[in-house]
Amino acid sequence: MTRFRWLVPTLYILFLMLPIYGLLAMSFKTTNEILGGFSLFPQVFTVDSYVKILTDSTWYSGYINSIIYVVVNTLVSVLFALPAAYAFSRYRFLGDKHLFFWLLTNRMAPPAVFALPFLQLYSAMGLFDTHVAVALSHCLFNIPLAVWILEGFMSGVPKQIDETAYIDGYSFPKFFTRIFMPLIASGIGVTAFFCFMFSWVELLLAKTLTSVAAKPIAAVMTRTASTSGYELGLLAAAGVLTIIPGAIVIYFVRNYIAKGFALGRV
Amino acid sequence: MGKTWNNRAWFMVLPVLIIVALNAIVPLMTVVNYSVQDTFGDNVFFFEGARWFREVMSSERFLSSLGRQFTFTAIILAIEIPLGVAVALAMPRRGFWASVCLVLMALPLLIPWNVVGAMWNIFALPDIGLLGYTINHMGIDYNFTNQPISAWVTVVLMDVWHWTSLVVLLAYAGLQSIDDAYYQAAHIDGASRWSVFRYIQLPKMKHVLTIAFLLRFMDSFMIFTEPFVLTGGGPGNTTTFLSIDLVKAALGEFNLGSAAAMSIIYFLMTLLVCWLFYTYTMKGEQK
Amino acid sequence: MARISLEHIRHAYLPHPVDDADYALKEVHLDWDDGGAYALLGPSGCGKTTLLNIVSGLLVPSHGRILFDGQDVTGLSTEKRNIAQVFQFPVVYDTMTVFDNLAFPLRNRDVAEAEVKRRVAETIEMLDLGAWANRKARGLTADQQQKISLGRGMVRNDVNAILFDEPLTVIDPHMKWQLRSQLKLLHKQFAHTMVYVTHDQTEALTFADKVVVMYEGEVVQVGTPEELFERPSHTFVGYFIGSPGMNLLPVRLEGTTAHLDGHAVALPDAVAVPQDARVELGIRPEYVTFDPAGLPVTVQKVEDIGREKIARVRLDAHDIAVVLDEGAEVPADPRIRLDPAAINIYANDWRVDWGI
Repeated sequence: MTRFRWLVPTLYILFLMLPIYGLLAMSFKTTNEILGGFSLFPQVFTVDSYVKILTDSTWYSGYINSIIYVVVNTLVSVLFALPAAYAFSRYRFLGDKHLFFWLLTNRMAPPAVFALPFLQLYSAMGLFDTHVAVALSHCLFNIPLAVWILEGFMSGVPKQIDETAYIDGYSFPKFFTRIFMPLIASGIGVTAFFCFMFSWVELLLAKTLTSVAAKPIAAVMTRTASTSGYELGLLAAAGVLTIIPGAIVIYFVRNYIAKGFALGRV
Repeated sequence: MGKTWNNRAWFMVLPVLIIVALNAIVPLMTVVNYSVQDTFGDNVFFFEGARWFREVMSSERFLSSLGRQFTFTAIILAIEIPLGVAVALAMPRRGFWASVCLVLMALPLLIPWNVVGAMWNIFALPDIGLLGYTINHMGIDYNFTNQPISAWVTVVLMDVWHWTSLVVLLAYAGLQSIDDAYYQAAHIDGASRWSVFRYIQLPKMKHVLTIAFLLRFMDSFMIFTEPFVLTGGGPGNTTTFLSIDLVKAALGEFNLGSAAAMSIIYFLMTLLVCWLFYTYTMKGEQK
Repeated sequence: MARISLEHIRHAYLPHPVDDADYALKEVHLDWDDGGAYALLGPSGCGKTTLLNIVSGLLVPSHGRILFDGQDVTGLSTEKRNIAQVFQFPVVYDTMTVFDNLAFPLRNRDVAEAEVKRRVAETIEMLDLGAWANRKARGLTADQQQKISLGRGMVRNDVNAILFDEPLTVIDPHMKWQLRSQLKLLHKQFAHTMVYVTHDQTEALTFADKVVVMYEGEVVQVGTPEELFERPSHTFVGYFIGSPGMNLLPVRLEGTTAHLDGHAVALPDAVAVPQDARVELGIRPEYVTFDPAGLPVTVQKVEDIGREKIARVRLDAHDIAVVLDEGAEVPADPRIRLDPAAINIYANDWRVDWGI
């Protein structure tokens, strides 16, 4: 039995790769071939779809928009969450447990509930259709998540380290940036990965809060699909291109992924 | 736990508090407002009390989408948790192949949700998609756009494809925390493969599996984009889950009052699960 | 219970070892008598845990054979070898009670339940765990958990040997002493063959009848604590055992005299050393005394360590440690004498026997 153990993950990965292969194969086919019927490999290999996406500004600006708000959101989430996570991991204060619980509830708030109120809120603030609006709205679920993960990692650092640093005459900001942050560097990396991931994959809020100037790639795709008919090759190519940033990010954090998913608490 | 009492820690939490409150409290107030008022569309609102709640709670539509939601959540949990654990157990524990597995398995988690929907749409199209074509060629009549059963199978399969890796990674992380000495000791004690799982691996995974279970429970309760792109809630209403129903009511029909009341009921349910989740993790931390 | 023979064991973790440096164990060839208490002593990374895992069957050696009572068990699994092992960190089954933990190895071997009850009750009694028998193992202290790990070995009264891999690492100092004497007692009572891995000389010397000292993948000496002290067969043993370690001085030999930078030291006998070998004279600080007729030295410092004092002195360019009684004073014109009976001669780090 042990000899065939490798079959389980292999079959599972095969199952994961099949739809991705389908998408990839379709992105290299011509529209005629796609609509003409099923084929496992592209009969006429073409990169037209990719050329179109990379040269048409309505397409590639979608990527740029997405990356902008995802990066802004990741930075904001991590920077704001760092001191808060430190406070939760080191101190007891009035209402701390209730506050932590309340923060977590927001990670679990269904975006569908918030879509319409968000639209009104950000329109009222004059931020509709800006990158900032999307980045801020994604903070709703990313900041609680970041606080949670970071708190887990920080609790793993012995408190004696803080005390020793203060005795050695470090001020709090200097201690935090010079000593503490390097200690939890992997935790910060994992947190940034998760913020990136959830901001990158979320669409409902991003779509609701934008119309033209900050439109994310995912929204460009759905609108194209519905307005210009079924250009499946183009849609497939755009989809393939959205997988790439994620794949790159995963590759960089592959050694921390398992620990990050356990949120440093196992 | 050796934490010092320090109320000034509030200042460190304040920035997070402000930014989350902006995102959470103001919209929540809006929703609560809508849920107890009605309008004729001219920005004049009047108080309706609990009418929307009564209506929603007794409406066939809400109850049936709630029922579909629970059925869906139960099915995907019953598949994803055991499958995820099985894959994690069979994975190499370290080395090059472990990294390869992790990277490939994490891939679905980083694909934008609408792309997941679109990808499965393409994959499952009966005439030109890899999956749809293959199934139909095997002699099984399959078309997710007009057969409720096919649509359900496709939506469930898509969710399994999308999220089982989360369970795998969590379970794998739990397994990683088991020292080799445990396996060696079990070996020396003559434990069977099943005993090793039952007395060593399962207890060590219990904590992460609870996290996995609750995360999957809550996230499947929020599921919107993937099935919306794949089936649009159809055919008919057969794959209309809570969030889809909600968005249809709010943005499609501008039935703000009942949509808001639905939101609140919906939100209270997730809150309950969240509370269970929180008390559990806090308990786990204190041990 | 069995006599354990290790025959020319070599082990490399690399798949294709080329030279000696690739081997975690270079060549181990020794016998452990049935019912003996042995310690494997050496610094971290010397290969002692590797050797232990080879005995227990968790590792299969690259070369050589292991025999239990003359029977080749090299290819047998841990389970079939019928071995118990206690690890560095306590391994307990969290979700089981103390009783079930101890019953686990028996139940796995399909022992009748009545017999299981009897033996577990016995073991609990022996280890003084009675008060916790029905408690979950998870909440117990490290030393209680370590007792459970030990108990899972003891409960199988037919084990060939009980192996210990630095079992007291996580135990509080005062509990260490208690557990160690309990182990000694159990050994006297039941006469299991016990092998105890440690890097702590006190633990090794107090636990074992015979100590196996390992250094860089090799066994450098097997002997009683006394032999290790009086006649270390390798300079590493001289240095590793005893505090402070043995003094080593480079010498040139001429008959029964050793020349140490122009000073002559009398030897009890002549020794034969290979040509061009690096020759050293080794003597324990306990056997160096101040004597007006001795070799002139300068005193660097004197450390008072309680019941005795250690004088650090210099003879030309060589540092020498001298152990003094607590009340003794360093004379004004310090001269030292090396007790000839306590001198050992080393050629290329290995001890040379007296006589030609």
